Amino acid sequence: MSMKHAISILVDNQAGVLSRVVGLFSGRGFNIESLSVAPTLDPTKSKMVITTTGNEQVLEQIKKQLNKLINVIKVVDYLDKDYVEREMILIKVKAKEQTRTEVLRISEIFRAKVVDVSPASYTLALTGDQDKLKAFIELLNPVGIIDFVRTGTIVMEREMQAKRRTDS
Amino acid sequence: MKKITGAYAFIEALRCEGVKHVFGYPGGAVLDIFDAIMDAPDIQFILSRHEQGAVHAADGYARASGRVGVALVTSGPGATNTVTGIATACMDSIPIVVFSGQVSTNLIGNDAFQEADTVGITRPCTKHNYLVKDCEELPMVIKEAFYIASTGRPGPVLVDIPKDVMRGLISFKYPDKVCLEGYCPTYKGHLGQIKRILGTILKSRHPVIYAGGGVVLSNASAELSALARQLHIPVTTTLMGLGAFPADDPLWLGMLGMHGTYAANMAVTEADCLVAIGARFDDRVTGKIDEFAPRARIIHIDIDPTSISKNVQVDLPVVGDCKGVLTDMLEELRDKQHDVNELHHGVQPWLDLLEQWKRDHPLRYEQGTGLKPQYVIEKINELTPDDAIISTEVGQNQMWTAQFYRFKAPRLFLTSGGLGTMGYGFPAAIGAQVAFPERTVIDIAGDGSIQMNIQELATVVQYNLPVKVMIINNGFLGMVRQWQSLFYKGRYSHTSMAVSPDFVKLAEAYGARGLRVENTADVEDAIRQALAIKGPVFVDFRVEPEEDVYPMVPAGAPINNMLLV
Ligand SMILES: Cc1ncc(C[n+]2csc(CCOP(=O)(O)OP(=O)(O)O)c2C)c(N)n1
Ligand SMILES: [Mg+2]
Repeated sequence: MSMKHAISILVDNQAGVLSRVVGLFSGRGFNIESLSVAPTLDPTKSKMVITTTGNEQVLEQIKKQLNKLINVIKVVDYLDKDYVEREMILIKVKAKEQTRTEVLRISEIFRAKVVDVSPASYTLALTGDQDKLKAFIELLNPVGIIDFVRTGTIVMEREMQAKRRTDS
Repeated sequence: MKKITGAYAFIEALRCEGVKHVFGYPGGAVLDIFDAIMDAPDIQFILSRHEQGAVHAADGYARASGRVGVALVTSGPGATNTVTGIATACMDSIPIVVFSGQVSTNLIGNDAFQEADTVGITRPCTKHNYLVKDCEELPMVIKEAFYIASTGRPGPVLVDIPKDVMRGLISFKYPDKVCLEGYCPTYKGHLGQIKRILGTILKSRHPVIYAGGGVVLSNASAELSALARQLHIPVTTTLMGLGAFPADDPLWLGMLGMHGTYAANMAVTEADCLVAIGARFDDRVTGKIDEFAPRARIIHIDIDPTSISKNVQVDLPVVGDCKGVLTDMLEELRDKQHDVNELHHGVQPWLDLLEQWKRDHPLRYEQGTGLKPQYVIEKINELTPDDAIISTEVGQNQMWTAQFYRFKAPRLFLTSGGLGTMGYGFPAAIGAQVAFPERTVIDIAGDGSIQMNIQELATVVQYNLPVKVMIINNGFLGMVRQWQSLFYKGRYSHTSMAVSPDFVKLAEAYGARGLRVENTADVEDAIRQALAIKGPVFVDFRVEPEEDVYPMVPAGAPINNMLLV
């Protein structure tokens, strides 16, 4: 069965490491749905978060292969973990006379921020999990979406859950 | 401390790694290192005639000796010419380190003369690779390169060194250890799991050991033989595993897979317990994967977790070094004599059945009027000393060697298994001969393959390396022709090698010796004569052009579905 996976990969913060990681996916014809990379608290390391969909066996193989890369320090699949997930979207929508208030109302409900305004458009910024972003896009669709950009998901394991695991 | 250039630091680092031989080819971007090599008489440099040859030679050196093979080439075309050699080593997990020159760091990315993105090109076919950007990093990078190449599941590592790094000055100090947070191979197998697999083996009635190249790489042949003999378990190996278990042992079943023996393929199909050791369930071994070892509990011992349950779902995996795990298994067996006796009793009918299969379906070939390639291999087997090193090219020559040459010890058989690289055998034999100047080294070649690295004739002549090349000359790209004959209605599309050089004259033109054999009656004499000559020899055996390799499992069929002679 195909499941959506969020995999976090702790790597050495060095040139070329990203292409080693990405090469494992592309070499197997696997699509990466989203990818985010940035340095961690320890600046010699970076954390990548990749979301992808695939069957269990192939993903298992990819995780093993990732672990095999010399520059990969740790791989965590969040599939069966309790975690916090966030993604940010910048979305530009049409602002016509009849829809202006509707746009502002929707963005208020979602606690999005208006980050840019022009006579013909609004640009809104929203953070949330994938479902929230999806709902936001769907509601704005009738208004007329001009464009959007998403950052890709980032994840972090919930502390309570992590504690419980180390205790037991 | 006195400062030295990166080039001299490179030489010092090789010394610290105990490197005695380097295979390679010069060029603009590596001039500084080549200049420094002139001052290092303790490191012998062997000049190949093509960078692919240098890398295969380093690979053959590593396979035969167990030491890391080293190659040194220039930037751009020098580096791209190494790719096939590196990929060959990668597929067979061979420890080599390839050093390539690179344009100066300030020119990288400018499409400079002889610039190539060598690290990018070799990324998917190395275990790891480096671009050294700063002279100060060079000693640590070299240390890590040798460490990564030779530990865990071994493999090729490439180090790309820009020209200005070779010319920069550093105070040389070779690090005594590496610190790689993301790399810590598991050597020791889990003891509880080892106990469980022994429990399963001891309760089995149709056990088979299926050993691969991992046993050779971890130097675990003695432990493998001890385990098989102690438990009375028959053994088959992959192509890469040949020699890991002696071919004259009564428990030996022969190689398994596409051109495996009847007994080996049937044994695996009927097994109730399959013990895979340092093997990776390659498709040439398993045939139709769903019908591979259908009745068996599958045990898999391997140092590389990615090999486990990759192609076949494994029941009992153990991640660890073959030698260590086998040693632990032998240790665990010490107080289990009672169970071992039971097992001996229980497996006897199975061993009897296997004996009968071996008797009823031995490897065989039809006698004919022409010269039979299998006969040539049998004679080479008969006339060479037990420690002779045999390399092969790819195709029928390779499969007949695997079938008819009886390897009695590991590291005697050098062949490109995973990548199947034509042109591998001759330079690999050169590497082996450099490692062991006194031993008999033979490349069993095909008339097609030998032409892929034939330029290395100049190398064997230059260094007077007495490599013998036995060309199984069938006038065809024989293995491809065999597939065309069996599966493409005999339409021989571009597989004729009717136009080939006169190999005898060609050898002579390079300053080597050449012999030709056309009749069965002359085979023995010619082999004796070639072995007696102190220098390199080509022997051109004109064999039956359309002889096929049997048994053969058609691609995608289950392995008990063999075409026999
Ligand atoms: C570099 C490379 N190109 C193509 C092939 C495909 N191939 C496999 S076997 C073979 C024929 C080899 O012919 P020859 O060396 O004469 O050996 P024979 O099978 O006749 O013994 C070919 C072309 C290959 N393995 N390697
Ligand atoms: Mg041929």
